[in-house]
Amino acid sequence: MKKRTIAFIIYLVLLMLPIYWMFNMSLQTNADIMGSFNLYPKNITFSNYMNIFTDSAWYNGYINSIIYVSMNMVISLAVALPAAYAFSRYNFIGDKQIFFWLLTNRMAPAAVFLLPFFQLYSTVGLIDTHIAVALAHCLFNVPLSVWILEGFMSGVPREIDETAFIDGYKFPRFFLTIFLPLIKSGIGVTAFFCFMFSWVELLFARTLTVTNAKPIAAIMTRTVSSSGLDWGLLAAAGILTIVPGALVIYFVRNNLAKGFAMGRV
Amino acid sequence: MDKWKDNKAWFLVIPVFILVAFSAIIPLMTVVNYSVQDIFGPGNRLFVGTEWFKETLSDTRLHDALGRQLLFSGLVLLIEMPLGILIALMMPKKGWASSLSLVLIALPLLIPWNVIGTIWIIFTRPDIGLLGAAINGMGVAFDHTNSAGQAWITLMLMEVWHWTPLVALLAFAGLRAIPEAYFQAAKIDGASTWATFWYIQLPKMRGVLTIALLLRFMDSFLIYAEPFVLTGGGPGNTTTFLSIYLVKIAVGQFDLGPAAAFSLIYFLIILLFCWLFYQVLLNVGKGEKTS
Repeated sequence: MKKRTIAFIIYLVLLMLPIYWMFNMSLQTNADIMGSFNLYPKNITFSNYMNIFTDSAWYNGYINSIIYVSMNMVISLAVALPAAYAFSRYNFIGDKQIFFWLLTNRMAPAAVFLLPFFQLYSTVGLIDTHIAVALAHCLFNVPLSVWILEGFMSGVPREIDETAFIDGYKFPRFFLTIFLPLIKSGIGVTAFFCFMFSWVELLFARTLTVTNAKPIAAIMTRTVSSSGLDWGLLAAAGILTIVPGALVIYFVRNNLAKGFAMGRV
Repeated sequence: MDKWKDNKAWFLVIPVFILVAFSAIIPLMTVVNYSVQDIFGPGNRLFVGTEWFKETLSDTRLHDALGRQLLFSGLVLLIEMPLGILIALMMPKKGWASSLSLVLIALPLLIPWNVIGTIWIIFTRPDIGLLGAAINGMGVAFDHTNSAGQAWITLMLMEVWHWTPLVALLAFAGLRAIPEAYFQAAKIDGASTWATFWYIQLPKMRGVLTIALLLRFMDSFLIYAEPFVLTGGGPGNTTTFLSIYLVKIAVGQFDLGPAAAFSLIYFLIILLFCWLFYQVLLNVGKGEKTS
């Protein structure tokens, strides 16, 4: 038992090491980073973070990311909730086929859809808008949401629905006031996964935006590929992209393991 | 109890159907359209039939990329599955320690994929990276931008670091679902830790592990952003996987026809795996209900 705990702690340390290293870089100036090898920052400086918070090209990247991720979360949940209810409660023509078809979109390589997406959104004039990225991310987040929510909804006994209908509840009222509160944690977990996959995605977000809706991830790749590489600045930007994720995990921590198993993601 | 039969349930599915159709069917039609034409510019195109497909199927660079992809996905599974199970077995089961380790383990999954690449560039640089400097300090010349072998090792390290937590979380969820009575019975029978694992825990985790296995296979098969940032597909073409190659053709060279044909073939491969995946999932569900 003791050995097991020690091994586990070693694993956690190894897991955190790369992140710690980036954090370490983010607290140093570029001259310090290149000048000497430091295991911890000798002269702690927040200048990298200040640069990001005062340069609109940088902080707009975060704002853009948060806007399209939120839009995507709302859209995905709004359409997936009724559909998941249908899949969990009813047999209807083509239900299995539709479910499989949804699944294939979760598994489709983003690279395949890249070009046609660009053409499609150019045609309808949505390039470089937040909604374009949010809609593109629906390609994998809506199927995922349906999948996770279906799992949670199937855990609610159907007697509840039957009783409510006998008591004279109409479907919309039953769904909103009785059913949804029962799967609160499921909705939380689904929102978490929508957030996660929309937040980490790069390919669509980069291709469908030019300047106005450019996500932070794309701004970072541009910095990597182009100029003289300010490592400190890059590391600070990276650390800031981890923060929202860490906050979200904290809120769903109790349902996390269950959600992973149910959502099968 | 069987589900209610009612085709009116379709009304609940229509919004999803429209939304996903908009972002899946229309683009897919465009790809099919491109794949049979040679496009010189707007309004200037030529129907070429199956030529792009023939060309793509005999493209040796594509074969190489596919080979690398299969090797990569295979290695990923061989390493991540046992490691993930091991970590899940070691995780604290309750209290604050359990919450804390869940949060820490899930953290890599929430980092944007290109930032994962950036983290590993910084971590493995021979001059400023902890790992790079440490390996060089031991007297081994390490620079993943020069050597194919080292580029692969770095990529695998990154991949294992990034995605083993997913396997661990799934396995952990599976372990938590085993009723305590099983362990008490095993204890009374005097079963060793190994016997408990082999005859109780592993069979009970079969469902979640199948899911983890298939998901890791699919996602590693589609990998793009991390190697793109870390190695850019190099040195040479040694870490150019299918997605990277496809984006190179489609966006880099703007060869729409071949890229579209490639996309369709890629998609069909995925579709095949998806179908297998779905069948396995359905059967896993059945197995659990009867046992």
